[in-house]
Amino acid sequence: MIDRRRLLLGTAAVSLSGCKVLDGANVQGSVLRDLMEAPGGLTYRLQRLIGGGHSLAPEYAEADIRQGQRPNGSVDPSGAEYRALAAGRFRDYRLTVTGLVARPQALSLAALRSMPSRTQITRHDCVEGWSCIAKWTGVPLSEVLASAGPLPAARFAVFHCYDAIERGLSGEVFYYESIDMVDAHHPQTILAWGLNGAPLPVANGAPLRLRVERQLGYKMAKYVHTIELTDRLSGYGLGRGSYWADRGYEWYAGI
Amino acid sequence: MAGRTGQAGPLVRRQALGTRITHWLWAVSLFFLLLTGLQIFNAYPVLNIGTESGFDYDNAILEIGARRTEEGLRGVTRIGGWEIDTTGVLGVQGDAVQAFPAALTIPSNRSLATGRVIHFFFAWVLVATLAVWLVASALNGHLRQLWPTLADLRALPRDIADHARLRFHHGRGYGPLQKLAYAGVLFVAFPLIILTGLSMSPGVNAVAPWLLDLFGGRQTARTIHFLTMLAFVAFFAVHMAMILLAGPLNEMRSILTGWYRIDSEEKRHD
Repeated sequence: MIDRRRLLLGTAAVSLSGCKVLDGANVQGSVLRDLMEAPGGLTYRLQRLIGGGHSLAPEYAEADIRQGQRPNGSVDPSGAEYRALAAGRFRDYRLTVTGLVARPQALSLAALRSMPSRTQITRHDCVEGWSCIAKWTGVPLSEVLASAGPLPAARFAVFHCYDAIERGLSGEVFYYESIDMVDAHHPQTILAWGLNGAPLPVANGAPLRLRVERQLGYKMAKYVHTIELTDRLSGYGLGRGSYWADRGYEWYAGI
Repeated sequence: MAGRTGQAGPLVRRQALGTRITHWLWAVSLFFLLLTGLQIFNAYPVLNIGTESGFDYDNAILEIGARRTEEGLRGVTRIGGWEIDTTGVLGVQGDAVQAFPAALTIPSNRSLATGRVIHFFFAWVLVATLAVWLVASALNGHLRQLWPTLADLRALPRDIADHARLRFHHGRGYGPLQKLAYAGVLFVAFPLIILTGLSMSPGVNAVAPWLLDLFGGRQTARTIHFLTMLAFVAFFAVHMAMILLAGPLNEMRSILTGWYRIDSEEKRHD
């Protein structure tokens, strides 16, 4: 009785103080933040349990492509190495596949284009809330991984990128992302080099970007130069597995 | 007391413990879901119809933005073809340029990441509470108590007329309008807001693409999610007004302790 009354009073107090009530949840590592993030693991496990490796993201028809793919985040990386590659139309670009693999790879754009390809018209959902339909063409990540021979210990694929969104105290903070091996082997997970029937533009991640169709847009790293297989995410960035996860977003973005 | 029609009758046990606990869990959850939802909306303050968001074409039914004019920055809300200057409330508040003001968002600073984390926490609480409520209500008869019957529909015109005259009946059960309102929230609004929420998840889309067909695409689902939120806000306003008009102490006692004072026998209509 008293507890329920207190709950009621608590609710009234909450309404008065308004928006500041859970501001403490902004602080990563705080008890409140950890509590609020706890069900995120439940969402991930439940979606993996139900969706597993086989469920496919919806695909759309040519007629559903009514506009260009909206670029977001980095749209024109400024690093010297990237500028030089772009100036040479990515002839000297190499995708490095490394980490827990039997045969590390360095694949040119021409080599990637000559591998089996998949074209899919899918919906890109930005974490901000908007969606955009586009046609993506690329090599399935599973093909690239097969050529490198993942070791059994590999649990995650980490994608290292050329773009830096911010400049930290110790230099530029480069974009990176990671996915589990279920998504890495998913048939719709591709390394895209084509968009809407044309070569992938710089604004959308040229020469190569990731598509992980069962997750939100920020998982789909642009300007990828290295794929590293690993058994843990703690050694990268701030240790949460991606540039945006380090900044408080969910690592698993199937929601 | 205003709204009291009959003389005070006996105290009866009206709300079971499960009903009262789930009621307050929902109240807390919906409060946080609403204000984190507005935070999330602020990241893309547009409601579209269809699968995608039109950038090269227009499929928006609502857009809250800001426009630079000669008198400075103005908040502009566009609903369909109308444009309303909402400076100070929506779009622009003083120096702040955001759709909903900081006073209505959780957290109070701009943080889509934190807003999402809290939103999904309380989404789980809401759904878990609904599951508990369904089981408890099926067992304790509350479900039957809420379900509108043919007799309720026949009594509806009279109940509407009584409400219009602020004459409220305090019986053992719920009145026709009360049943319709509660059943509407529990059996229409709750499923609608949960399912449209799930329709925005790309992971769920892969498992249950039929949800997208049901709601007419991801962006339409997002729009329905927002409109259902407005329905919840409207329900809350009426719910509060009814409590105040029908006798706030008696109403609060019943949702806190379960005990409710009904009208005396001769004045009752139920």
